[in-house]
Amino acid sequence: MIDPAEAAIYLLIFPGFAFLLLYALFCEWVDRIVYARLQNRAGPPVFQPLADLLKLLSKEDIIPKYADRVLFQYTPLIAFAAVMVPIMNIPIWGTKALYPLQGDLILTLYLLSIPTLALFVIGWSSTSLYSTVGAFRAATMLFGYEVPLVLTCLSAGILSGSWCISDITSYLASHPSGMLVLAPGFIIALIALEAKLERPPFDISLAETEIVGGTLTEYSGKKLAVMHLVADLAMVIGVSLVAAVFLGGLMVGSGTFIIAGTDLTPFLNFSLYIAKTLGIVFLLAVIRTLFARLRIDQMLDFSWKYLAVGGIFQLFLVILYAGMYQG
Amino acid sequence: MKETYRIPVGPQHPGFKEPMRIDITVDGELVVDTDIIVSFNHRGVEKATEARTYLQNLYLIERVCGICSHTHTTCYSQAVEEILGLEIPGRAKYIRCFIAELERIQSHLLWVGVAGHEIGWDTLLMYSWRDRETINDMLELISGNRVHYAMNTIGGVRRDIAPENVKDLREGLTYLEGRTEYYIHVITKEETFLNRTRGIGHLPTKTAKELCAVGPTVRASDVKMDIRRDDPYAAYPDLDFDVVTSDAGDVWGRSIVKTGEILQSIRICRQILDEIPVGEIRVRAPPKVPAGEAVSRCEAPRGELIYYVRSDGGSTPERIKIRSPTLANWMVATEMLKGVYIADVPIVVDAIDPCLSCSARVTITDHSTMKTVITSLGALGNQKQRR
Repeated sequence: MIDPAEAAIYLLIFPGFAFLLLYALFCEWVDRIVYARLQNRAGPPVFQPLADLLKLLSKEDIIPKYADRVLFQYTPLIAFAAVMVPIMNIPIWGTKALYPLQGDLILTLYLLSIPTLALFVIGWSSTSLYSTVGAFRAATMLFGYEVPLVLTCLSAGILSGSWCISDITSYLASHPSGMLVLAPGFIIALIALEAKLERPPFDISLAETEIVGGTLTEYSGKKLAVMHLVADLAMVIGVSLVAAVFLGGLMVGSGTFIIAGTDLTPFLNFSLYIAKTLGIVFLLAVIRTLFARLRIDQMLDFSWKYLAVGGIFQLFLVILYAGMYQG
Repeated sequence: MKETYRIPVGPQHPGFKEPMRIDITVDGELVVDTDIIVSFNHRGVEKATEARTYLQNLYLIERVCGICSHTHTTCYSQAVEEILGLEIPGRAKYIRCFIAELERIQSHLLWVGVAGHEIGWDTLLMYSWRDRETINDMLELISGNRVHYAMNTIGGVRRDIAPENVKDLREGLTYLEGRTEYYIHVITKEETFLNRTRGIGHLPTKTAKELCAVGPTVRASDVKMDIRRDDPYAAYPDLDFDVVTSDAGDVWGRSIVKTGEILQSIRICRQILDEIPVGEIRVRAPPKVPAGEAVSRCEAPRGELIYYVRSDGGSTPERIKIRSPTLANWMVATEMLKGVYIADVPIVVDAIDPCLSCSARVTITDHSTMKTVITSLGALGNQKQRR
């Protein structure tokens, strides 16, 4: 039986809303400062993402005359809710998540797709030409990166024999060599995640110089603030998922560090979680710096020719490994 | 059934730095037709010159363009000097060329950055614009200004290159040479850059010649045309340089030509610093210009620039006509946009390096009936295809 007060703290403060929101803004800052430093710029101060968010919240909110009012207004909230949920299923301070669930790997991947679908609905309901083009691009891209991402995540599931993220993490913690088997999948998942988060070089649906603001062209004020926050939250969930599924082995075993009767393992593992996620954010920022934006056809080509093939290769590798060493 | 729809790109669009409008008709993501509409900021510069003296006009004409300001005044001064029958001192000619080449370097480096931005690669923008600061500093060292150098005057130049600055100028050139070689390496090797520029906006040699393209745009279509070589002015007859061409004919070819020209400009600048003659930098020009007319041509960073000046013997010109290189390149832009993806529209338009401040409408005069019609360039481009 879960104590309601305890559950409320978990949900609202840590690792729930408060922590998630602050960490999302912090990750955005890390991403921006790394991007800026790699481009030889100074970059923003640490509170800049929060300041941007507050400024946007106070701005005028315009709904275009011909937009579908209901979809236009409420889709951001649905996307927001969808990306807040999976933190309950991803291990943060150990091998076990707050509320592990059988099949939560699939659930998390599904919930992570909601922002993309939201982008499509938003672009469609705005009725602006730029938004419509952006909406189609967002939906088309989904077919490119979703398959490789799911394939690689499923490989990890097959390796550990479970579709529960906590089980995958515990398996990798007890068999760190599994991480080597999953190494190609990690790289593929990183690239697919970059595409999923609509970041350069895959910011095709939001391409500023091509289609103004893409899907978000008609958004302003609070709704735009929420959509920016959704992007940040999706990034945190995405990197946490990749960290748990592919780097779960980088973990301190329980009871290793006990000082003055207190078990410090959760704190150490939490620090490791922060280090792993920030490391992945760093890699994502490097990818963002290095390449020019792909065109939609080139992106699909790349996804199916390289990422999907790599994903299938990863799947075979895992099946072979499991067959040989696990009987 | 095939459904097409029109997307207005501009006049306010993040992809364009200046107001221009391109109505693209698209079928899915493919562009099937385009219509270019310019003249959103007609400033009446040509008319304004008629109310100012020849010397005052220098300051107005310098502000026709923010990037190639020096080329505009050079071209204008040359036309006025021709009517006056003035021969400017050798040192002034060399200084004019030196500033013109520095200007070309800064314009092309700026273009490299803008091209990077158009294809969503801001890193290239940040780096090339950082290096472009070197050029601005060098120009400031010589003229005291970073954008409008105010170097030209009728009869020569206003400032000399001080001997104590030569060392700094040479260091700046060496730094830029290294950086430019690096950029050439990047744009020939980086896969995503090649993906977005190779085969995009293709312009065959024949079409380029037919539609009278100029500058790096036509040179990238394998036409060896450069006013500095074909009709040398100032000190160019004495200077040694190669006309950079490419047979690629696409956006990538244009980037190769532009970056290659930066290296040639650095070579010219070094020659100038080595060989510059000593002596006066200007001769006195009378305030009144005798009746007459002259046409002057210069190779601006974007291509051939033409000035026509007519004097009626007074202290103000009777007529000044400016034909900026961008004006000559609009036609090929409509041609290059056929069959590209929506995503390629900004980079293809940007590849002609449009500088809109001087491009306005065209007047067409039918010679047989002497009837005059004012038309937009887009319509003119379409007429050509209909024929």
